[in-house]
Amino acid sequence: MTMADEQTTAAALPVAPPSPRFGETFAHARYVVGDNPVTGVSFGLLLILVICALIGPSIVPYDPLASDTAAALQPPSAQHWFGTDQLGRDIFSRVVVATRLDLAISVFSVALVFALGGLAGVAAGFFGGWTDRIVGRIADTIMAFPLFVLAMGIVAALGNTVTNIVIATAIINFPLYARIARAEASVRRNAGYVLAARLTGNSDARIVLTTILPNIMPIMVVQMSLTMGYAILNAAGLSFIGLGVRPPTPEWGIMVAEGAAFIVSGEWWIALFPGLALMLAVFCFNLIGDGLRDIVDPQRRT
Amino acid sequence: MSAVPLLDVRDLTVEFATRRGTVRAVRKVDLCIAKGETVGIVGESGSGKSVTSYAVMRILDRAGRIAQGSVAFSGVDLKAASEREMRDLRGREMSMIFQNPRAALNPIRTVGRQIEDVLRQHALAGSGDLKQKAIDALEQVRIARPEERYGAYPFELSGGMCQRIVIALALACRPQLLIADEPTTGLDVTTQKAVMDLVVELTAERGMSTILITHDLGLAAAYCGRVVVMEKGEVVETAHSSAIFRAPAHAYTRKLMRATPRPGITLRDLLPEDAEHPPAPAAPAASETLLSVEHLVKEYPRNAAGAFARLLRKGGEEAPFRAVDDLSFEVRRGESVGLVGESGCGKSTTSTMVMRLADPTAGRIAFKGEDIGAVPASAFSHHPLRSKIQMVFQDPSDSLNPRYTAARAIADPILRFGAAKGAAAVRARCEELARLVGLPGELLDRFPHQLSGGQKARIGIARAIALDPDLVILDEPTAALDVSVQAIVLNLLADLKAKLGMSYLFVSHDLNVVRLLCDRVIVMRQGRIVEQGAAARVIDDPQADYTRELIAAIPHPPVQEVTHV
Amino acid sequence: MVKTLVDRLLTTIPALIGVVVISFLLTRVLPGDTASYFAGPAATPQAIAEVRKQLGLDKSLPEQFLRYVGDLAHGHLGQSLTTGQSVVSDLASRLPASAELTLFGLFLALVIAIPLGVAAAVRQGSWIDHACRIIATAGVSLPVFFTGLILVYVFYFVLQWAPAPLGRLDVFASAPPTVTGFYLIDSLIAGDLETFRAALAQILVPGITLAIFSLAPIARITRASMLSVLSSEFVRTARASGLGPRTVIVTYALRNALLPVVTTLGMVFSFLLGANVLVEKVFAWPGVGSYAVEALIASDFAPVQGFVLAMAILYVALNLIIDLAYGLIDPRVRSSS
Repeated sequence: MTMADEQTTAAALPVAPPSPRFGETFAHARYVVGDNPVTGVSFGLLLILVICALIGPSIVPYDPLASDTAAALQPPSAQHWFGTDQLGRDIFSRVVVATRLDLAISVFSVALVFALGGLAGVAAGFFGGWTDRIVGRIADTIMAFPLFVLAMGIVAALGNTVTNIVIATAIINFPLYARIARAEASVRRNAGYVLAARLTGNSDARIVLTTILPNIMPIMVVQMSLTMGYAILNAAGLSFIGLGVRPPTPEWGIMVAEGAAFIVSGEWWIALFPGLALMLAVFCFNLIGDGLRDIVDPQRRT
Repeated sequence: MSAVPLLDVRDLTVEFATRRGTVRAVRKVDLCIAKGETVGIVGESGSGKSVTSYAVMRILDRAGRIAQGSVAFSGVDLKAASEREMRDLRGREMSMIFQNPRAALNPIRTVGRQIEDVLRQHALAGSGDLKQKAIDALEQVRIARPEERYGAYPFELSGGMCQRIVIALALACRPQLLIADEPTTGLDVTTQKAVMDLVVELTAERGMSTILITHDLGLAAAYCGRVVVMEKGEVVETAHSSAIFRAPAHAYTRKLMRATPRPGITLRDLLPEDAEHPPAPAAPAASETLLSVEHLVKEYPRNAAGAFARLLRKGGEEAPFRAVDDLSFEVRRGESVGLVGESGCGKSTTSTMVMRLADPTAGRIAFKGEDIGAVPASAFSHHPLRSKIQMVFQDPSDSLNPRYTAARAIADPILRFGAAKGAAAVRARCEELARLVGLPGELLDRFPHQLSGGQKARIGIARAIALDPDLVILDEPTAALDVSVQAIVLNLLADLKAKLGMSYLFVSHDLNVVRLLCDRVIVMRQGRIVEQGAAARVIDDPQADYTRELIAAIPHPPVQEVTHV
Repeated sequence: MVKTLVDRLLTTIPALIGVVVISFLLTRVLPGDTASYFAGPAATPQAIAEVRKQLGLDKSLPEQFLRYVGDLAHGHLGQSLTTGQSVVSDLASRLPASAELTLFGLFLALVIAIPLGVAAAVRQGSWIDHACRIIATAGVSLPVFFTGLILVYVFYFVLQWAPAPLGRLDVFASAPPTVTGFYLIDSLIAGDLETFRAALAQILVPGITLAIFSLAPIARITRASMLSVLSSEFVRTARASGLGPRTVIVTYALRNALLPVVTTLGMVFSFLLGANVLVEKVFAWPGVGSYAVEALIASDFAPVQGFVLAMAILYVALNLIIDLAYGLIDPRVRSSS
């Protein structure tokens, strides 16, 4: 039997959850959303964030970079919904436009760490032995640093760019992903159905791809959602102390940093609105992560 | 019997609030326990036997509630009692022992302190004599060197020892009623006997009443005066234990009783009497040698410490632990061989090596004349003989990929080895196999979580026989199943063997089951063979002391007279 | 017990080696040419070559690494260009300020989070449980520098309860004589309640900021582990033996539930040491975090590298302490080593 032949044959048998399973998952999802309307709200919030990231720059009322010293430091008004900063730039426009950059940083870093950490962890958990030792040693070494401090060190050393923020954020999340994937894979390594797959002549690579990965995917997706929030916080924290993103680029962390000087003199809006945007975005990903976990694993509800 | 029963449960209904609405776990149960009486509550999973006892103790979890009925203890209405009053009763007047003794003890508190907690709570000891009373309690459950064990943590003690501690805890305040919820499930049969004998002796000597909750009809009949049989939350029969085996009145009891493996019966006797069963096909006579295991050894390093710590540790390495120690045996074509022993005897390690999922430290595994033990386990998945040795796993749920349908699971070996070509042919083969194992065709497109335990077991068997193997290793294939399902699966296995001419290596802890299915039996202990021979001979006329001990420990239901009342 | 201690100490060695290797690598990948950076913008090629030789950058990587380790062993972390002092002495003089703030924040977080988590688990589904869930999710979602700014606005600008966010003491107060380096403790030792009050007023808002941030994971894990312990079989046994609710919840459930909480403290410290940098910047707190941030802005890399290394070593030490504490409460760990 050729490989292609085999693929079509396998495809003819329902592998991925078809209608009954999907229907049930959907019903469970509806139950969870119904039980916890917050999850529904957070999905709505996510939609708004994605829209802002995609078409934000073309819908905002002002140029986010255009300064107007005559209109500096104005509190929120009908013209400037979120007020203006010390250079007279419209904060609303800057907050909306910044969505794209903040989401992009976290999406790319999470995708990167998912690919690297997830695969390394699965390999470590499934094969054990020296693979496990090497992955474990790398993860332990990263974990020996306070993570934000390590990210600071990495960006300072590699150079002050957005790409390096993405890399640093991925590196500090590596141990988390590697550990979760390792734990899930090593539990399943000795599960009856993996042994059974071995007895039916599946090679290790095939077992990892067709049996282990699909089964740990839901847990990894939950983790991705939860770390999205952390990645946003981390990137914003770095730019708050002057790493990565540089003015005048609109980015939430740097905007809060710019507003920090004005808080003590009472100009609260400069820091408040980008901070709120940051908080809502992180909140949204955390809630979605919790919601997804309820769907994936009803027993582990907390 | 005294006039007022110790425990009088009437019309008890317990409900649980779940996501799918209210579930009635117990329905209108009547139960009456006299002073000094020992009563068994028997039922399969989901029969409501444990929930009944939790309701009596009022320790149902927050989702459960007593919806109806009354519970009276020594004439006191427990349903109306306050939580404080219940607390006074629990432990002092009525106490409970649980399945899985190790989990039932606080892992980070010494066992002595845990007994003291109970004594102090019920003001049965002041601070002066607290320790002495705790040591006394340990002594009463026959724990050697109680002063030393007083300071031990549960993880430092064996399973049987932990169950003794749990019993000491339950009996410390000399209660009038003891509820034992599956007290010996998970313990080896010799430990089970020791624990049950102790419970019976202690409760008899104190004139206590006991409720024994178990799935094992044989155990209940052997140790209880009366047996209450429950099914789906209802009591279907209450009878004297000797009567239950002689003349079970209710159809369910008959079915349960028949399905319980016991000496002197055949596999067909396990099945319900009403259904039609074709006579068991005669197995072909065993002929040439199929599998030959010679001087098999498996060692594990004793110390799992890191390489770094090992480097610094002074002195030589400890001798490795020998899980399997110089084992030799044969399986002939068409023969069924039982590998029996208590936990830790090395039977699973042996089957894993024969299965070629683990490599032996030394020795030869010859299958059809070829030394497959020399092929590394990691490379064996591509070996031509892979398809000829297959396995049925212990836990049917765990052995099915949750993301594969039944058909996909059965088709997996067929696809891997190309035993059929094209989607239609594979499907046809799956349907044929499903018919063979008695799985309704419409279930083939279901996922494991939509199937029952028995159905999942059938899928596991269908997958194992899909490639017409010569040898199938059965690793406790019925241990996770209810006894009535076990009866059906055992018969199915015997029929398939006769029909397809396979050999079985049947790994089990249960001699009664092994006798039914196997031609020969090998008894193992601490990695070595203690005794082997024809199944009937070994069980009816054991030569080794250990085999004799094992057989004596199997609970014998009273057929003529009742031993314990 | 001594053997256990030695064993535990040995387990930190691989971590320390990893930390040193990573910090070494971080010093080697400075943007641009390290030598020309240290030689200054107006240096001639000869001067750059001179600096390269002086720094040992012309040697092979293993040689450079040995030299780096040698420097570390002698406590050399380089000079700060901005302060002109050696990085080690700068860090040492600023560490007590950071430690005091971090520990104060952690203390507040523990005092609030553990009872909250326990109450939420014991009364699952009640209002306190919902409050715990909201606080736990909100706490991890709040950027710590943003929380700090909001608190400054509310308590300093609007309510005027808190002093200006400008360091450990206001300009008119003088620091207490140094014993521990912690102003709160030193002022009490000196019997100077005035200074104690002033120091407390300064540390309160940044401390609360850190506490809000770190109490979320602690409350969450306390609640979750308490829930799982409460449904465990030994708690059921304890209830079936008639033990009172206090004994069941405190002696049986909480002590077991604290084990995962202690393990989580390692993670919490990781978060705290990072958050501390941001909080110090917001409150102009004269600790090691704001020192590193100032150096970063001035492109002064030696203090940043020294800071990263010092934090890592501190964190390894904290993890060691947590490990030892865990061994003290869990007999299973004690005997296995």
